[in-house]
Amino acid sequence: MDINQKFTPQTWPKHPEQATLEGKNKLVGLWIFLASDTVLFASVFATYIALKDSGPAGMEFAARDLYELPLAFIMTMLLLTSSLTSVYAMYHMKNYNYSGVRTWMGITVLLGLGFLCLEIYEFYHYVHIGFGYTQSAFSSAFFTLVGMHGLHVVIGLVWITGLIIRNSSRGLNLYNAPKFFAASLYWHFIDVVWVFIFTVVYLMGVLG
Amino acid sequence: MSSVTQKKGFGAHVWDYLTTVDHKKIAIMYLAAGTLFFAIAGFEALLMRIQLMFPESTFISAGLFNELLTMHGTTMLFLAATPIIFAFMNAIVPLQIGARDVAFPFLNSLGFWLFFIGAVFLHLSFFLGGAPDAGWTSYASLSLYSPGHGIDFYILGLQISGAGTLISGINFIVTIITMRAPGMTFMRMPLFTWTTLVSSSLILFAFPPLTGGLFLMLVDRMFGANFFDHTMGGNTIIWEHLFWIFGHPEVYILVLPAFGLFSEIIPVFARKRLFGYSSMVFATILIGFLGFMVWAHHMFTVGLGATANAIFAVATMAIAVPTGMKVFNWILTIWGGSIKVTVPMLYALGFIPSFVAGGVTGVMQATAPLDYQLHDSYFIVAHFHYVIVGGIVTALFGSAHFYWPIMFNRALNPKLGVLTFWIFFIGFHLTFFVQHFLGLMGMPRRVFTYMGGQGWDLFNFISSIGAIMMGIGVIILVIDVLLSIKSEPVNRRDYWGDGRSLEWAIETPLPFYNFKQTPLVRGFDPYWIEKEEGNKEGMVYAEPLGEIHMPNNSILPFIMSIGTMIAAFGALYSPWGDQVQAGTATGAPAVVSLALIIGGLGLTIACMIIRSFKDDLGFHVTVAEIESIEADLANYRATGKKGGNK
Ligand code: HEM
Ligand SMILES: [Cu+2]
Repeated sequence: MDINQKFTPQTWPKHPEQATLEGKNKLVGLWIFLASDTVLFASVFATYIALKDSGPAGMEFAARDLYELPLAFIMTMLLLTSSLTSVYAMYHMKNYNYSGVRTWMGITVLLGLGFLCLEIYEFYHYVHIGFGYTQSAFSSAFFTLVGMHGLHVVIGLVWITGLIIRNSSRGLNLYNAPKFFAASLYWHFIDVVWVFIFTVVYLMGVLG
Repeated sequence: MSSVTQKKGFGAHVWDYLTTVDHKKIAIMYLAAGTLFFAIAGFEALLMRIQLMFPESTFISAGLFNELLTMHGTTMLFLAATPIIFAFMNAIVPLQIGARDVAFPFLNSLGFWLFFIGAVFLHLSFFLGGAPDAGWTSYASLSLYSPGHGIDFYILGLQISGAGTLISGINFIVTIITMRAPGMTFMRMPLFTWTTLVSSSLILFAFPPLTGGLFLMLVDRMFGANFFDHTMGGNTIIWEHLFWIFGHPEVYILVLPAFGLFSEIIPVFARKRLFGYSSMVFATILIGFLGFMVWAHHMFTVGLGATANAIFAVATMAIAVPTGMKVFNWILTIWGGSIKVTVPMLYALGFIPSFVAGGVTGVMQATAPLDYQLHDSYFIVAHFHYVIVGGIVTALFGSAHFYWPIMFNRALNPKLGVLTFWIFFIGFHLTFFVQHFLGLMGMPRRVFTYMGGQGWDLFNFISSIGAIMMGIGVIILVIDVLLSIKSEPVNRRDYWGDGRSLEWAIETPLPFYNFKQTPLVRGFDPYWIEKEEGNKEGMVYAEPLGEIHMPNNSILPFIMSIGTMIAAFGALYSPWGDQVQAGTATGAPAVVSLALIIGGLGLTIACMIIRSFKDDLGFHVTVAEIESIEADLANYRATGKKGGNK
């Protein structure tokens, strides 16, 4: 693969992310990694479900009173939208339109940042009312599960931002196309995990 | 990049190995490191057996026994057996599928260094206040209250080396999926490649629960979380589940590649095609799948209830079916073959009955009511050593003899090999056979001593004599290895004369790019097919001689691993730790602890950013260079003069 090879929208391959062996390896590798990350989340989900609402004798916090559905809903919307914008970015990548990729990836990052700020606010609020990390088994499990997802978001943000900065002046080529594609795939994964968190933690917490 | 090795200084060699991404060199590092830890853990076992040789012996104290016990089990499984298996995977699988390297050479090196640094970190515990002492299973009800930093070393050391193992697993899966030579369809893949694929998939799904569990224990012990502390609403059984969801597949992660290795050795020396190839593949996949369905057989006595116990008992017994298929296939491969009893074949012949014995006791333990009797007794120790030593260690020793010519261009001495085999094999059965009876007579496992006059004395004595014999066997093997350095180089392909798969089609010593042209695979046992058709050149090729694309070396994996170790020290000395607060362990001030954690992880992340910002496209070896390298190697093979690439 020649990194300086110049393309036009006509010569640009239909699946640029799979046009090289390196790209193909990267994507297969990422899919496989996501499979194992899923198992990691499953373990922590199971732990959370087992420890929900349990704490020292006389604990006053229960999921039912703790969570604020409207906040969780806004966060969900932000993250879902950011997944959509990353799809737009990939659409532009297939059409060899770098500025489209950059713009939509940038919007994805902004939406992700918004999500993260709300999450930090939420955590801060809980700690403030006495529901800290060490308060009970329930609190440890909650912060670990949701925090682990938050950490994935941070990694995703750093990754995408890094890609935008690194490639800001050189446009698309067959070396960085798989990288953008991989980052967007990872971002979808984060989104899917959040859907489960929203359901299992927040919805089932408030309703169940 | 020239291939011709000028006389390199020692420093240059060290630098070469620190930065290498060549799967053949990484294999050698795995082999060396794994052997080192095998020796350490074996020594720990010997100390335990000497303590248990006589009743009420005072050779080592109860506390030290617990540390030796824990370190022996942990080291043997994670830091000896796994890396030695990885050594063979790295050395052989790319050759078997006709690839130039693995899919992610950089990650391959990272996986090794994480494993190694994690292992070193774990062993530092001996010098920094005491080793972990809650057994290799480290049940939370024990380990949460273990004073000192021992358990913390266990948690962090396994966390780091486990990350390395996971990375290597992903790497092998991708390699096998995308890098096979033309014609190498899935159903033509040699069984060692197949078992590597399945075992790596098990790593993929089994290590995350361990990572998760270790993380929970990490924050529980070091940062005040409450997952396992029942006074705070926690539940200690969660650890047991997470641990065994990992722990049971782990035994298959180790034994499947061992099966694969024997499936390579047996056809070569029976000089017959592997019997029942597709059923072997099917059995491998089935074992891998069922391996995830049975974890609670380690928890029959926890009290999960009769229904759960019954389901897990039946699932466990079901695994005996595909395993039995494999055993019959090996026997039928040998049946009617023209057998050559070489050292690797000797190990294979010793393996079959030993492993079957371990399997039979396994099915006995799967019977839940009987397990109430056997649980935590020496019967269990006998069982798992029969599968582990009889199944895995024999595979590793046998394959060392089998593949030494490819890995080092030298052969191990067959006379010493036979001697090692018999001493080790007899020692092994002496050590562990009698332990079945010790268990049935009621001797519990994980005890540092016992009272005399209960009928246990003689068997314990015999067991310890056996252990000493195994130690002698291993020492002879090490001498054999050292002698091989000075022995005649092999300098040809197909050392055993009856090789069947691609790795035998290539002349040793190997150039760094393996096959100079990618081979064309025309069927199962491709090299055998070529030999039958009288092809003298090894293989036919799928492409004309052309430029070869190879990856660049990098020091970053090593630095990244060091970063994780620095961070691990920060977490270990966290001032918020349970034991630090209880006054049984030393803690650092908060700033120091945090600075180490952030600094260490920062170093690792910085390396990742450098890695992603610096384009790394590898380099090309031109046709002229390839020709000069091949000429060099040919010259070396003919005259023994250096200049050969190694
Ligand atoms: C080579 C000769 C070996 C000897 C003489 C030996 C001896 C022992 C002894 C004395 C124990 C303690 C049993 C107890 O008190 O419960 C033990 C435990 C154990 N061994 Fe070995 N062993 C050997 C090889 C291996 C190998 C190769 C492996 C794995 C690859 C292994 C894995 C284990 C494990 C997992 C435990 C359990 C530790 C625990 O209870 O936490 N051993 N071994
Ligand atoms: Cu098991």
